[in-house]
Amino acid sequence: MGFKIKEISFSYGDNKVIDNVSLHLEPGRFYGIIGPNGCGKSTFLDLLSGHSKPAEGSVFFMGQDLAKYSKKSLSRLIALVPQNFYINFSFTAKEIVLMGRYPHIPRFSAPSPQDMEIVNDIMTKTGISQFKSRFITELSGGERQRVVFARALAQDTRVLILDEATSNFDINYSIRMLNLAAQGVENNGKTVIAVLQEINLAAIFCDYLIFIKNGRIAAYGKTDEILSESTIKSVFNVNAKVYQEIYSNSKQVVFRR
Amino acid sequence: MALNRLSKTIRSSTCVHMILLAIFLFTAIIISSGLGYISINFTDVFKIIVSRITGNRDLLEGMNKIFLVVVLDVRLPRILTAAIVGAGLSISGTVFQGILLNPLADPYTLGVSAGAAFGASIAILFNINLFAFAGLSSCSVPVFAFAGAVATLFFVVFLASSNSSATRPGLSSNNLILSGIIVAAILSAGISFLKYLADEQVSIIIFWLMGSFASSGWPDVQLTLLFVCAGFLVSIFFARDLNLISLGDRTASSLGVDTKKVTLALLVTASLIAAACVSVSGIIGFVGLLVPHMIRAVTGPDNRRLIPVSMMAGAILLLCADTITRAVLPSEIPIGVLTAMIGGPFFCYIFKKRQMSGTGI
Repeated sequence: MGFKIKEISFSYGDNKVIDNVSLHLEPGRFYGIIGPNGCGKSTFLDLLSGHSKPAEGSVFFMGQDLAKYSKKSLSRLIALVPQNFYINFSFTAKEIVLMGRYPHIPRFSAPSPQDMEIVNDIMTKTGISQFKSRFITELSGGERQRVVFARALAQDTRVLILDEATSNFDINYSIRMLNLAAQGVENNGKTVIAVLQEINLAAIFCDYLIFIKNGRIAAYGKTDEILSESTIKSVFNVNAKVYQEIYSNSKQVVFRR
Repeated sequence: MALNRLSKTIRSSTCVHMILLAIFLFTAIIISSGLGYISINFTDVFKIIVSRITGNRDLLEGMNKIFLVVVLDVRLPRILTAAIVGAGLSISGTVFQGILLNPLADPYTLGVSAGAAFGASIAILFNINLFAFAGLSSCSVPVFAFAGAVATLFFVVFLASSNSSATRPGLSSNNLILSGIIVAAILSAGISFLKYLADEQVSIIIFWLMGSFASSGWPDVQLTLLFVCAGFLVSIFFARDLNLISLGDRTASSLGVDTKKVTLALLVTASLIAAACVSVSGIIGFVGLLVPHMIRAVTGPDNRRLIPVSMMAGAILLLCADTITRAVLPSEIPIGVLTAMIGGPFFCYIFKKRQMSGTGI
């Protein structure tokens, strides 16, 4: 009932960014996507979220072609935390989080008490309650990203897509926010698909890892099985040591100069 | 529950704003109808308008008949046109700022004004009288201006749209702004050339370009009212989507907005409003830029509140500006010059303040 990706390709002009990728993603799992810069990770997420349509092949979500969903119904099923966001307008932090409820609120209706309850709950969990009335334009990069993350959580969807959504967080908030995402996976059977730059963070949180290189899947499998020195070498062309770490209860990677 | 009450307060405060502004606008219409070369008592103006609406002619007893003509045929059409154009330019400016993700955009960013000016210049220069047979010889300039504006819009959209843009398939705001600037520059050169060709009519062209309500009549009121009302309804329908679009394409898309469709619909709506306004009044700058700015400081950037309040404020502002040039100043100066002379420095102030504080407006 998750994603069935069948031989999709996508290109910008002559530049083929996604090249004949097939993959099954099951619900109730935390997927991590790892790959070098410009390998097509964000484009891959755009194809999963229905923002872009594949030039060839198709993506099936819950048994139906993604292209057949309306934008509205898709927004109740898939939420996205984008990589780059610039907000030129001085919405308050709370207004931004409340926008996550828009897909559930009819066009001309006011938010219901339940909507406000969800918004307040998420704002407390993500630690942004103390600046809920401040303007988004006045917040720091990390604070702003927390607000945008909270908006995606407020959307309360089966699938949460994170596009380098922790890039501006300190380590405290990286762990806190990814824990919130992971709780949804463990307690409610949600699916998280996250592009992460931090391999070690990905190893702690992700059940499965997808390595992408040059628009193709270079390696895919359970984190414990796929994360190895040879995988790192082949994807990033970097020498590394991979070992089982007791404190984090996961495989960890170390590098040297 | 407290938050629910808060959101109710915010919405009701918008209602209060709207009611206050509506009262203010109505008062401004009555007062400005009395001002001018022939000064008319405000109660008389009120009586004339009421008797016109209700058809009750008893109210007019003992009143100078010339007042009736002055108010109904000369001043009211001009006053209403000014108010409606002000409202239209403000709605259009608000929508453009949202679509182009840029608080500094205005109704003319996409070259609508240059297109209208080019069309009007051609009509004036070649003294085109398409509608002479129907006894509507004065219609040619507005019709050509409107056609020029619409043609420019479609060319700019055609120029800006692409299918392979990495960040934004369809219409990216940078592409739109850039296309608008290019097309406006070409048209400006064309207008200069037309001015150069026009010996005697050059003053007419220049005067038209500066904007004026001096010759506004009831047809202008009807035309602009039609476009502005329809445009307002479309804008308010998509106001919530516009909030999301102003946060970026991927965000809006992931929150259920068909960005390409909504962007195009709003772009055409806002441009048609601007085109209709420009075609009857000439180019009046800074209203569409400033009003949304000032109002955003009061209502916040939520377009569901911003669009209606901006509309009312824009109507009041342009009506007052027009009344100043018509009735207060010793001799009439073009309204476009007045708004730019007041609006320009004010904009500089806002811009500098924004630079100093480092925050968005």
